[in-house]
Amino acid sequence: METAISAEGLRKRYAEHDVLAGIDLTVATGEVLGLLGPNGAGKTTIVRILATLLPFDSGKVTIAGFDLSKDKREIRRRIGLTGQYAAVDAILTGRENLRLIGVLLGLGRRKAHIRADELLEQFDLTAAADRPAKSYSGGMRRRLDLAASLVTTPTVLFLDEPTTGLDVTSRMLLWRMVREQVANGVSVLLTTQYLEEADQLADRIVVLDKGGLIAEGTPEELKRKVGGERLEVSVATEAELPAVVRAVGSASAEAPSVDEKAKLVSIPLVGGMNTLASITAELKAAAVEPVDFAIRRSSMDDVFLALTGQTVSAEGDTAADRRTAERQTPQGEAA
Amino acid sequence: MTETITNSCALIGRHIRHLTRTPEQLLSITLMPVVFVLVFGYLFGSAMKVPGGQSYQDYIMAGIFVQVVLGNMTLSSLGVISDLDNGLMDRFRSLPMSRSAVLIGRTTHDLILTVWCFVLMSGIGYLIGWRVHEGVWSMLGGFGLMLLLGFATSWAGALLGLTLRSAEAVNALGAVIVMPLSFLSNAFIPLDGLPGWMQAIAEWNPVSPVVLACRKLFGNATPDTAGHAFPMEHPIPMAVILSLAMLAIVVPLTIRAYERAATKK
Repeated sequence: METAISAEGLRKRYAEHDVLAGIDLTVATGEVLGLLGPNGAGKTTIVRILATLLPFDSGKVTIAGFDLSKDKREIRRRIGLTGQYAAVDAILTGRENLRLIGVLLGLGRRKAHIRADELLEQFDLTAAADRPAKSYSGGMRRRLDLAASLVTTPTVLFLDEPTTGLDVTSRMLLWRMVREQVANGVSVLLTTQYLEEADQLADRIVVLDKGGLIAEGTPEELKRKVGGERLEVSVATEAELPAVVRAVGSASAEAPSVDEKAKLVSIPLVGGMNTLASITAELKAAAVEPVDFAIRRSSMDDVFLALTGQTVSAEGDTAADRRTAERQTPQGEAA
Repeated sequence: MTETITNSCALIGRHIRHLTRTPEQLLSITLMPVVFVLVFGYLFGSAMKVPGGQSYQDYIMAGIFVQVVLGNMTLSSLGVISDLDNGLMDRFRSLPMSRSAVLIGRTTHDLILTVWCFVLMSGIGYLIGWRVHEGVWSMLGGFGLMLLLGFATSWAGALLGLTLRSAEAVNALGAVIVMPLSFLSNAFIPLDGLPGWMQAIAEWNPVSPVVLACRKLFGNATPDTAGHAFPMEHPIPMAVILSLAMLAIVVPLTIRAYERAATKK
């Protein structure tokens, strides 16, 4: 079996509205495909269709070699699904949750118990195994949810925004556990709003906007499309902005972009250290003391912004807001 | 088939665990029927006179039992909705398991709860003066009819939950459905006092033959208070037929709704 997931011309309509307007995508065996897009782009709809939960209107889809319109049951034997919110029974303990899934899968009591213990061990939940899941932290619940989706030992795993709302440490732990699954040969379709997550986990990324795919490539390829490093200089007062524009503008052929609200000037950085040195010299000559002087590698955020003209975060956020927010969060790409 | 049974048993086990771990929920489910018995049987009973000189407690108990049975509608709806809301329904639907087990698990569990309520209510009914005047088998037959209607009501509730997908909507609509079913029947009032057209509706209300059949099987029936419409003349077979007919319609619809139940986002 060469491809884990193959979809051709996948369409889904709700009333008069195309949610998915003919999507083509493939996930090779052992590959992690990142599906990136803003809220409402259709990411979850794709996952729900591929995970046999939602009917689709047209298109040809095979998963693990089986036709989605005919062999749902065979597909269900081979997939695991981890949803946006942790789909575990909060009243049952972690162990009982996993045992229940095992029994429902027809493993039989003994095997279901053994499998549950294995997964608890693997996902670092043994100590909490006999506590009700409602007492778990967000990260533990996600881990239990991921474990629950692996009771079948699936060959194809759907991760629908697996770390939304988690803190950095829990997110990194979950990423590690996903990577372990990939190392075992599991193919993954990952949807995420966190560009960094796609960057970290995915071999290849497709970008989805308004029900259609608008870009595809490795994280590196996509970043290259948008350009390399940028220099960003922010100052304390708006009055200082023209001086900064003059200083950085001398170093680049391109006109610097100015964000007056954030009091921030940025340009694509070419020419390395010499350019930086001349810019700092000019700033000093103009007696401007920058609040921040930073080199940013282009992140997946930039890729997304460049492709869709929209940030990934909630609508109404400006790009500048997003950048400012990013500086304050440790997981951002800020320099 | 074996799969459906093992799956259903596993899910019934899940619900039973919920009950033992959240006793406050069990309490809230049992409290209502107990209050019903005390209010209708004891409080009203001291003021009401039943035609034919029979005790009001004897008359009213079947009506209170059926009230609990109709309450299964909301109970099962809310259960289904909570599984939809927390994403468990998605998990179950993505597993290669029986299509009906999740629903059988839910409705059977709600049926077990009904049995528990019946036991408790019968005890309290006995204390306030309710007596069964026929044999044990006849009494069990009466409870059996109630439970059959309760099972059908549960499935209808599951269908309602899968369709509406909102606890608020279920609470609102549930009352609108259950109230006329129980009050426009012989559950609490003798039908011969009603105006003619209303009497006709009440006689053909599926709740009425079940209540009347139970009264007969409990030995609680009042002579001559039953109407003369067909369901009132043949309450026991009609109770069975109507409940089975309801199941035959609702069960396939509910399974279909389950297969299409996408968690609301």
